[in-house]
Amino acid sequence: MKFYIGTRKGLFTYEKQASRWDITHVDFLGDNVSMILFDRRDNTLYAGLNLGHFGAKLRRSTDSGENWDELTPPTFPAGEFVTIPQFDGSEAKQKPASLSEIWEMTAGGDDQPGLLWAGTIPAALFVSRDRGDTWELNDAFWNLPQRHVWFGGGKDDAGLHSISVDPRNSNHVTVAVSCGGTWQTTDGGVTWACRSDGMRAEYMPPDRQFDPEIQDPHRLVQCPGSPDHFWVQHHNGIFKSTNNCESWEEINAEPSSFGLGVAVHPHDPNTAWFVPGIKDEARVPVDGKLVVTRTRDGGETFESLSDGLPQEHAYDIAYRHTLSVDDSGDVLIFGTTTGNLFVSENGGDSWDCLSTTLPPIYVARFG
Amino acid sequence: MPRIEFTSHLQRHLDCPSTTVSGTTLREVLDNVFAELPQLQGYLLDDQQGVRKHVMIFLDGQPIDDRIHLSDPVTTNSEIYVMQALSGG
Repeated sequence: MKFYIGTRKGLFTYEKQASRWDITHVDFLGDNVSMILFDRRDNTLYAGLNLGHFGAKLRRSTDSGENWDELTPPTFPAGEFVTIPQFDGSEAKQKPASLSEIWEMTAGGDDQPGLLWAGTIPAALFVSRDRGDTWELNDAFWNLPQRHVWFGGGKDDAGLHSISVDPRNSNHVTVAVSCGGTWQTTDGGVTWACRSDGMRAEYMPPDRQFDPEIQDPHRLVQCPGSPDHFWVQHHNGIFKSTNNCESWEEINAEPSSFGLGVAVHPHDPNTAWFVPGIKDEARVPVDGKLVVTRTRDGGETFESLSDGLPQEHAYDIAYRHTLSVDDSGDVLIFGTTTGNLFVSENGGDSWDCLSTTLPPIYVARFG
Repeated sequence: MPRIEFTSHLQRHLDCPSTTVSGTTLREVLDNVFAELPQLQGYLLDDQQGVRKHVMIFLDGQPIDDRIHLSDPVTTNSEIYVMQALSGG
């Protein structure tokens, strides 16, 4: 078993050897790794880098990180602009569209070899049909009129951070945008519909709190074994859908419903995990105790899991791509802003700390 | 011909030695560099072909004026330095 940890200062590969987890590879040391995708269809590893001064980059390895090819990253066509809404009543501003970050990568369906999806900041969806060699902007999504009211959440620009491909139909894709709501296509990206009904945005004026197109889903996941079931960790709390995103129900959890990431059990849609913080303006664990919350009854109740996690002066936050579950539903990993990395091999009942000294962690994904 | 030199920070990512290339504007000079080293373009310019926010280009000792169209005139004796800005680090 293997997993990949993308951090502010490099990509770290962990492998389980003789019952212990060890770092077996370090790549891009010193560079910001914003996204990782391991494509199981052809055993190819992709890394999205953000080199700061020199922009966002994309690398590909077909030999487990021994060698990397530099690919041309998704690029916005000439003349495209991003709209920046103004909240003082003045007219919206525009700026040239240019890739600042690859914020999500997802493999297409098993019947789509070589097809990859990428979500970006600014918020856009790109598709590659040749294993990342070339990328094209999904025009239908980019041309949504609602795009012009989207705005950044934590980042200067809105960003697309979640892409789920329905295991029943590869043309059925669900994406989520901070702050631009949840969207679905059933025709491979030719047309899109907003699917945020029921989500609530407390950060908006009262008459706009339920606007579907300005919601801030921090992370969206789909249960592979029961694909009509979705979970969203939203800026305002936790939401779930049991009807293929037709509607969403708000869920309350203790000690808090605020967080950035969510993982859903691969076979049991009623089981999901979260890493809570106090709330949006105080992004630290409640009472300095780092916990994972788990529901096993569809959000009716939550357990607060703390065995093996620091319970004094812990100020970790887990970013949205740093909580992952494996195909069995038993092994979970999560990494934090303070470089702590934890693994559980019993569904979250207990956790082992693998490192307290990694750089800030941005993404954690199984191989 | 104008001479162009690149910050050592770039050498971590790709091999871009100092070189002399023809051109009467900065855009022409860079286009000729990119013709030989296509990957370099994305490191210096954004998607709309302007200079990246945190890349600095000095032409004969002065920061360039036109970071969008790169129209600054270049002479045969010009020296161009592509640097990493201290901002953005």
